[in-house]
Amino acid sequence: MVLFAGIAQVAAVTAVNVRTIPQRWVSSLVAVVGIAGVVLVVVAVLSIGAGFKQAMVSRSDPSTIVITRASSTGEMDSVLSRDEMAVIANAPGIANDANGLLVSGELYVVVDVPRVSTGGSSNVPLRGVEAQGLAVRGNVEVIEGRLFRPGLNEVVVGKSAANQFAGLKVGDTHTWRQSEWVVTGIIDADGGVPDSEIWADTGAMQSAWGRSGFQVARVRLTDEQAFTTLSDTLSTDPRVNLTVERETDFYAERSQVLSVFVTTIGWFVGALMGIGAMFGAVNTMYNAVASRTREIATLRALGFGAIPVTVSVLVESMLLALVGGLLGGVAAWLVFNGFEVATINWQTFSQVSFTFAVTPPLLIGGTIYALVLGLFGGIFPAIRAARMPLTVALREL
Amino acid sequence: MKYLPLIWHNMFRRRLRTVVTVLSVTIAFLLFGFLTAIRSGLEGGVEVAGVDRLIMVDRVAIINPLPLSYRNRIVATKGVSAVTHATWFGGYYQDKRNFFAQFPVEPESYLEMYPEVVLPQAQRAAWLADRGGAVIGRALADRFGWKVGDRIPIITPIWSRRDGQAAWDFTIRGIFDAGKEGFDTTNMLFHYEYLNEGRAFGNGLVGWYIIQIDDPDQVATMSAALDALFANSSSETKTSSEATFLQGFADQVGDIGAIFTAIVAVVFLTLLLISGNTMAQSVRERTSDLAVMATLGFSRWRIASLVVIEAMLISLIGGGLGLGLAWLAVTVGGDPTSGYLPAFFIAPQYMVLGVGLVVLLGLFSGVLPAWQAVRLRDVDALRRTV
Repeated sequence: MVLFAGIAQVAAVTAVNVRTIPQRWVSSLVAVVGIAGVVLVVVAVLSIGAGFKQAMVSRSDPSTIVITRASSTGEMDSVLSRDEMAVIANAPGIANDANGLLVSGELYVVVDVPRVSTGGSSNVPLRGVEAQGLAVRGNVEVIEGRLFRPGLNEVVVGKSAANQFAGLKVGDTHTWRQSEWVVTGIIDADGGVPDSEIWADTGAMQSAWGRSGFQVARVRLTDEQAFTTLSDTLSTDPRVNLTVERETDFYAERSQVLSVFVTTIGWFVGALMGIGAMFGAVNTMYNAVASRTREIATLRALGFGAIPVTVSVLVESMLLALVGGLLGGVAAWLVFNGFEVATINWQTFSQVSFTFAVTPPLLIGGTIYALVLGLFGGIFPAIRAARMPLTVALREL
Repeated sequence: MKYLPLIWHNMFRRRLRTVVTVLSVTIAFLLFGFLTAIRSGLEGGVEVAGVDRLIMVDRVAIINPLPLSYRNRIVATKGVSAVTHATWFGGYYQDKRNFFAQFPVEPESYLEMYPEVVLPQAQRAAWLADRGGAVIGRALADRFGWKVGDRIPIITPIWSRRDGQAAWDFTIRGIFDAGKEGFDTTNMLFHYEYLNEGRAFGNGLVGWYIIQIDDPDQVATMSAALDALFANSSSETKTSSEATFLQGFADQVGDIGAIFTAIVAVVFLTLLLISGNTMAQSVRERTSDLAVMATLGFSRWRIASLVVIEAMLISLIGGGLGLGLAWLAVTVGGDPTSGYLPAFFIAPQYMVLGVGLVVLLGLFSGVLPAWQAVRLRDVDALRRTV
């Protein structure tokens, strides 16, 4: 009964408060806009990190295995000889399809292609793949034109790279290493890493780049459990010294630096800006309490408790914060979700194209953050409202 | 300034609100300083590029090497005053996570080309005399706690040794400082000859050339002339000013950089909106006080200027604190992303911009209520409450 009466009191006082918001709309609006700004910024920055991670890791395949030289830091500085490639192809656990063993000996270099938006130079990855290169990955398909033919200077371009960089449409040509390369098709890897790359035939690239061997091997496992068999066999073989990784793990490690950077910045800016917005809320709520001093005092004189008055101020503050949080989240979603960009991943020294991902967890997190700001912004004004000496308060104008 | 005590008392009419306002201005400018430092970092040292230096790289991609034989042909070109080269070593110390940049260079010509590398005379001589010696930047020395005389093994996946050993050993002969704020000191320099003699392949190849020209106004002409030298060879070149080259690196970051700047603007404007509103509000609340002052004989312009000065004071205290804290955090605290950014500092022009914004904030948040105060008729104003 007591509890119910308490809730009824809170509801009554809050209703009075909320109804007077229009009279103080400027300062309430400032509090709402402040919190909306915080949520917009935090969600926007974190959606960059989420999108990058999605392209690099979530869209990779744990059954696709990346094999590099043990001392290398990535694909670009790895070297594999033909003999090492033969050892890999004979290892257990590798799947077959109608066209044979799912193994692809690959090259990985970058070529300088201007960016569409700024014309600035960009290290776009150029990958040599063998006949089984598409099947090894499982989710890559040609969506426009046709695949390159073995031995010819033809390339296919990932769909994001084709949007982000100039001259990568079907029929365009480029001169690399004194030979002309023509774009014959566009590939789609469902938002994964190949969407950022240009692919050519390994053999054609070997002759143009003057290489006899490979840089990296990709194989497809018979099933996900076959990883241990393959990894153990290759790591105990004295003829080779290799690193065997699932593609998901390989790219997770190579997206670490950029993700940490973006996330650190996101939270740092969000935290500081949150404090600023909280001051805005504090001020708004003090104002709200001050302008209703007489009303609050009257209620208290009528027998309303201190706690309902305190809670009602908190509820009002959190309501404003909730509106701000939702506005900021929706704005971030409208403006940034699906926005495609390309940036350099310094860990691979090559461009990665990806789309911002304003994910549900980010929106929920942003709203919770807004509510926390509203709660803290309301605490001190709420305490003041409850502590006001009645006689003084009633005399206020 | 006999009115200072009056302004001071007005400011502390509601002490808590003034403190909160000052703090929110502080935070706005703290963020401003911090974010400009990140921006300077993302720009990758474009601000410290030499105006008379050109960079020549392979036309297809910067990772492809150029022949050492180009050196003599570049030197012989009219208008070139000096040339040196550097190469990407791509190594790490003990673990792949301990990655940092190492450049095999031609020591004497490199140091002459880059007066920004400040090295004590004795250390310079010691380095030149030791072919297996290296010099490291201050930031790198701090990162690993290395001292002059330390021996460090570096493993590189790019350059395998002719003798089959895994690591390349170096003796630290000197630690260099940046002669110009923002110059990168996170790297290590060593003798190109040491690499060239020890490596199993790639003999006679270098990464890129750094070329000094007589006349900085001739960048475009000189670049074209130099690229023409090597047209139709197996290694065609792309020459540009050092600033353009570094800008090219910054461009690699792409639209993310621009989006970042836009976000900074949103952050900053939001915070200014909040603090500006608070400041304006505190004046509005005192309308009746101001009216009393007017009836006492204060001229309207004097009242208005008192209001503006008060706003300016809050802005200056908050903004000064914020910029000061940002400078302290950036200079003493350092890069919060631990090494993603090659440079992390607040460039002087951003400091100036910051101070300008502090003054603007004071003016704008003071002018509107001051104007209202001037416009009010005393009878109305005296009647007004909150």
